[in-house]
Amino acid sequence: MKALESWGRYPRVEQRTQPLVWRTDALPRPGGTLLPHGLGRSYGDSCLNEGGTLLLTSGLDRLISFDTATGVVRCEAGVTLDTLLRLAAPRGWFLPVTPGTKFVTVGGALANDVHGKNHHRGGTFGRYVRRFELVRSDGSRRVCAPDENPDWYGATIGGLGLTGLVTWAEVQLKPISNPYVLQETVPFGNLDEFLVVARESETDYEFTMAWVDCLARGKKLGRGLLYRGNFAPPQFDGLPLAKSHLSHGSGLAVPMDMPAFCLNRLSVSAFNWLYYHRQNGKPKQRLTHYDPFFYPLDAIYGWNRIYGKRGFLQFQCVVPYTTARDALAEILERSSRGGLPSFLSVLKTFGDLPSPGWMSFPRQGVTLAMDFANRGEKTWRLVEELDKVTREAGGAVYPAKDARMSPESFAAYFPRREEFSRYLDPAFSSSFWRRVNPVALPFSLESERGPAASRPQSLLAIR
Amino acid sequence: MKKVLVLGATSAIAQATVRLLAARGASLYLVGRNAANLEAVAQDATTRGAAKVAAQAVDLNDFSAHEAMVDAAYTALGGLDGVVLAHGVLGDQAEAQKSWAATETVLRTNFLSAVSLLTVLANRFEAQKAGTLVVISSVAGDRGRQSNYVYGASKGALNVFLQGLRNRLAKSGVAVVTVKPGFVDTPMTAHLPKNKLFASPDKVARGLLSAADARKNEVYVPGIWALIMLIIRTIPETVFKRMKL
Repeated sequence: MKALESWGRYPRVEQRTQPLVWRTDALPRPGGTLLPHGLGRSYGDSCLNEGGTLLLTSGLDRLISFDTATGVVRCEAGVTLDTLLRLAAPRGWFLPVTPGTKFVTVGGALANDVHGKNHHRGGTFGRYVRRFELVRSDGSRRVCAPDENPDWYGATIGGLGLTGLVTWAEVQLKPISNPYVLQETVPFGNLDEFLVVARESETDYEFTMAWVDCLARGKKLGRGLLYRGNFAPPQFDGLPLAKSHLSHGSGLAVPMDMPAFCLNRLSVSAFNWLYYHRQNGKPKQRLTHYDPFFYPLDAIYGWNRIYGKRGFLQFQCVVPYTTARDALAEILERSSRGGLPSFLSVLKTFGDLPSPGWMSFPRQGVTLAMDFANRGEKTWRLVEELDKVTREAGGAVYPAKDARMSPESFAAYFPRREEFSRYLDPAFSSSFWRRVNPVALPFSLESERGPAASRPQSLLAIR
Repeated sequence: MKKVLVLGATSAIAQATVRLLAARGASLYLVGRNAANLEAVAQDATTRGAAKVAAQAVDLNDFSAHEAMVDAAYTALGGLDGVVLAHGVLGDQAEAQKSWAATETVLRTNFLSAVSLLTVLANRFEAQKAGTLVVISSVAGDRGRQSNYVYGASKGALNVFLQGLRNRLAKSGVAVVTVKPGFVDTPMTAHLPKNKLFASPDKVARGLLSAADARKNEVYVPGIWALIMLIIRTIPETVFKRMKL
């Protein structure tokens, strides 16, 4: 048993690890429960399995085939998006959907049905997963596709790695004429302006997302910068690039855990002010390599360490358009008033393209992601309130970024969970799954459990 | 190295090396024991850009198969100019101390099979007056230690054999490169607790290839092991024999 943490550095839990080496090998059975684990970029506990075993998929990192004529790539589940990009981009292909980091595995992208800046055009990652192999603890192996074992296909996409081990997957890439993005930055003064400019941008821009100054209040509540862009047309071929654009995850790294006082209301507020005002309120166009456009944070290796040892809580919700204006204002207002600065807050609109995954998080509306330094009870109470606002607005919270949602919230957000539960592998489980699906006991759990040493001393946290 | 025979291609270091060679557009003949695993490595190499990939499942401890296997590699790739010999076993020291059979397995796999293969290959390379023979040995061959001297002896013997071979082939323009990795984080060492000295297979593969490109004689990868082994070799035997290493 060793203590491991996820990207949010909270919680830190004891578990065993078992590296996987070959995709044709039988599933190991070390006793206890299993959970596939790629690069651990989920923020909360959906990629952790306290007391059980993590099946490390990083050894399943082989490519199987790549058809440069059709853009169909088949690879093992532990292959990273970074590897796919290095393979595909020089040959004129790109990921159909990519999250904000390329350091995730194909299996992880599938299990969390990740989304990107193009959700309004392309939907989620799962839509491009043509087929995959699912290995179950009973030794069975099945190829899943929309027309082959469609129920297993629907349960496993967005299924948080709980239906079994995905050994390989086949993904449809999309063609690009060059690796550059023509990007425009548009400032917006408040939430209402965001909603207008975001909807307008959807027609002409494949990629949109906005940075929000989460500490601005009053009339400026929800002000920020909208980034929109399209892959550049072919005539940009051969344009010289700045050196920084050529580096993949440049040399920058956060060398150590930063002390807590570095991130405070004042420093974040000052940073936000400067960031917002650096272009004088005018739209600005530029040509950029895909790397800094899609993966700005990947350039700073280990950026999660700026929150220090206690880590941070991510909160990402989506709320439908009908309630978005008021709910988001309430969430921004509360987090701003709460006095706990979110280092990076992101707004984005989701379109109505359905995902094949039953448990997929994205749905039509507006999504807001924030991260909060973990300051104990105070932080928990705030995020709990944001969760409540989301629930009342008919929205949902993203499991991949969650370490605390209640079983009630989970049930409200994922109406197909009962159906999904029937496809769980009996040997598979995760800390997240046990948290949001507590076994009903006919007696008080608190008295049975005794003092919970590794848990935060908070009623909010102990569920 | 453009046309390369990789022996023990499913080992972690070999796989990492195969990837780098594939990205350079080399042609590869992959040899390993397990056909399914070999196929996975071959597909990976093809997808990553290898000009040509052929594979053959062979148990390299069957020495009688060596000649035919090398013939097949020459035929498949239309010649050979490089060999990466990467197969080997760590064995179990405690087991080896109890049984000659366990000791013999380590010596056969790590030393005798390599000698048999290199006998065939060296003659071919000497005749064609070109080529690079890269052999993965180990720092363990530099000095016998109670914790793994059977493995160490197999690698130490290999090192001496390679020195002689290098001496013989120098005039033919054939390079013999002895690669001595330290601890590598691979399935072979999965059971061992890891520390800062463990290198990734990818790092070792990069070191291996740059040594091969430069036609070096003996290299430690990562380089820090040159210093560590210098110190370990320098300790007087009277002191060394009392140490717990």
